[in-house]
Amino acid sequence: MKKTFTMLAVAALTAAAAAPAMADLVVPNLSYRTGPFAAGGIPYADGFNDYFTLLNERDGGIGGEKVQVPECETAYNTEKGVECYEATKGTGALVYNPLSTGITYQLIPKVSADGIPLYTPGYGRTSAANGKVFEWVFNYPANYWDGASVAVKHLLEMNGGDLNGKKVALLYHNSAYGKEPIRTLQELAKKHGFTLAELPIDSPGQEQKSQWLQVRRDKPDYVLFWGWGVMNSVAIQEAANIRFPMENFIGIWWSGSENDVMPAGDGANGYKSLTMHGVGMDYPVYADLKKYVYDAGKASGAGDQEGSVIYSRGMYAAMVIAEAIRKAQEIHGTAAVNAKQVRDGFEQLEITEARMAELGLPNFGQPFAASCADHGGPGAAMIQQWDAAAKKWNLVTPFIAPDDEVLVPLVMEDSAAFAAENKITERCN
Amino acid sequence: MPEQLLYAMEVSLNGLMAGIMYALVALGFVLIFKASGIFNYAQGVLALFAALTLVGLQQGQVPFAHVINAIFGTDLHHFGWQLPGLVAIALTALVMVGLAILIERLILKHLVNQAPIILFMATIGLAYFLEGLGDVMWGADIKKLDVGLPQGISEMIDTFTFNLFGYGFFIDRLDIVAAVVATALVAALTAFSQYTKYGRALRAVADDHQAALSVGISLRFVWVLVWSIAGFVALVAGIMWGSKSGVQFSLSLIALKALPVLMLGGFTSIPGAIVGGLIIGMGEKLFEFFAGPMIGGATENWFAYVLALVFLVFRPQGLFGERIIERV
Repeated sequence: MKKTFTMLAVAALTAAAAAPAMADLVVPNLSYRTGPFAAGGIPYADGFNDYFTLLNERDGGIGGEKVQVPECETAYNTEKGVECYEATKGTGALVYNPLSTGITYQLIPKVSADGIPLYTPGYGRTSAANGKVFEWVFNYPANYWDGASVAVKHLLEMNGGDLNGKKVALLYHNSAYGKEPIRTLQELAKKHGFTLAELPIDSPGQEQKSQWLQVRRDKPDYVLFWGWGVMNSVAIQEAANIRFPMENFIGIWWSGSENDVMPAGDGANGYKSLTMHGVGMDYPVYADLKKYVYDAGKASGAGDQEGSVIYSRGMYAAMVIAEAIRKAQEIHGTAAVNAKQVRDGFEQLEITEARMAELGLPNFGQPFAASCADHGGPGAAMIQQWDAAAKKWNLVTPFIAPDDEVLVPLVMEDSAAFAAENKITERCN
Repeated sequence: MPEQLLYAMEVSLNGLMAGIMYALVALGFVLIFKASGIFNYAQGVLALFAALTLVGLQQGQVPFAHVINAIFGTDLHHFGWQLPGLVAIALTALVMVGLAILIERLILKHLVNQAPIILFMATIGLAYFLEGLGDVMWGADIKKLDVGLPQGISEMIDTFTFNLFGYGFFIDRLDIVAAVVATALVAALTAFSQYTKYGRALRAVADDHQAALSVGISLRFVWVLVWSIAGFVALVAGIMWGSKSGVQFSLSLIALKALPVLMLGGFTSIPGAIVGGLIIGMGEKLFEFFAGPMIGGATENWFAYVLALVFLVFRPQGLFGERIIERV
């Protein structure tokens, strides 16, 4: 009996040690370090973790509260993602950022019921930008429809403002993620007079010969690309194989990392992609990361991803979450905020250029101010182009704003349909 | 000639080429199933592991660098050498032989006389273990594989078909290399099994384990031999597919492309793997070309299985599989 009691006591102490302390701020990291999409999941998770490690090591956390970032492996699998959410939501989770549109779609009703914010920068359900309907979801600074519009605006710039009679092909991952921009591009095609061909590719996208033969036959003027994982590197290689002009091949921000272009070597030179943030390591925050995280041996994973495009994006997401928590602490006058209070922080968050510079990321992302109705931000993005010889991305445009004249009605229409389907009464009126 | 017909011809040729790439993966399954009755779930992962090892050796990457650095606080990454492609391929082939020996010693030896389903499950475990081992050894980032294989459009075929039809066909030079390599591989494997002592031993074990044992053939040696050959075939498949897409985890999923080929060609026939691959490759590409635009595209993944199922209904053992006759 005594032995059993001792064992129980030891087990309870071990569990208490493993669980986050009650006062800690818990930000679960639903990551994927395994599976077909690990090459994108690893740098994102590392950037996300490293930023919070920096805050803990340099500043003692946020507002004096340490941040715990428990990781849960989803393998980019929707069912596993939901399991991770269920397994971690009871630990005092303040916000989720699952880096998967499929998982996001499943979590939207769950977080709404459980009262936990869901932050999906640059992915997820686009119409969640409408805060009147999606109280718990935030997707600033940009979403897929913004991306589609920015890509078309770039094409307009390349063609003196006229796309009449041009042929544009959309090559996309045949999933919720890849299908997101279709509606927007169809509207933009009507507005600007270009024809749109939709070419789906089944996941994972190892074999794309049929689609690229079609591109070769139909000779579209431009190819827009919504790929992820191995689909990206194969598409860029196939484009090089058929000698498609790379400067006319433009990927969304999830199709524009070093991993995507390196396997094609020189063939990838000139390939373009969107980006919602700056690239490279020329930002002061890296000096602090080096001092407090990398050199201290506290880097996440293998510690070999710093400065890469997807690492920067994970770091950016962590920075926005940290700022939302800080805002929540300020609004509610307590450091140990809960999920509901963090939602308020997200909704009243304002990121100015001055604040970005203060955080060591000057001119890295676009300034934005969220509100009750606006959970989507300004939606601007830049175009980066791959230089194969120098093995680096160069920004070739400033931030380009999306065409809200087309996008706002689409967001309203889609969110209204969601509200009707789920019997949601609009807020913020 | 009508444009649509020309396009269909181009699509068919590309389908045949893609089929050869599928067949390269299917061959590894056939070899092991033929010799031991094991459906090797790990064949796709073997291709991934071989390709990862090849790139790692070629680029002088330190295996397990992340683990070593974490334990000893070192900063090891590369040995500082760059091996020629052929040397790296030869060394990787040796690693695959070593792996075959380990698989026999650590897994198969302990499962002699177990039901096929147990052996199948063992290969599932092996697949997941190798996947993790590959990640830990060489990292999960996408690696460029360059052993000097040509890539991109074949100018010769483009010019020739343009002069002939007024439309130049696209054929990837890598696919042509794959076709030549697959032909050579099948010829070598056939010659090996017909004309060498070990090949005959392999066929004897495939026909009847007990009878082969009774005439002094070592079952354990044959298993090492056949897993080594399957490892080599996996290396070839890994090189071809890795050159297309870079070496990363998804390479293991090429096994999914081999399954319909096996269903169609039969699990025990080497020529069946090739013919099955050609039929599946051409069938899925032509279906996508004609029917894809009408039904929304992205048909290839499922249509390959539909095609294989249709064949199964009429010929359950596959086109070249051995007919199962059981008499009461």
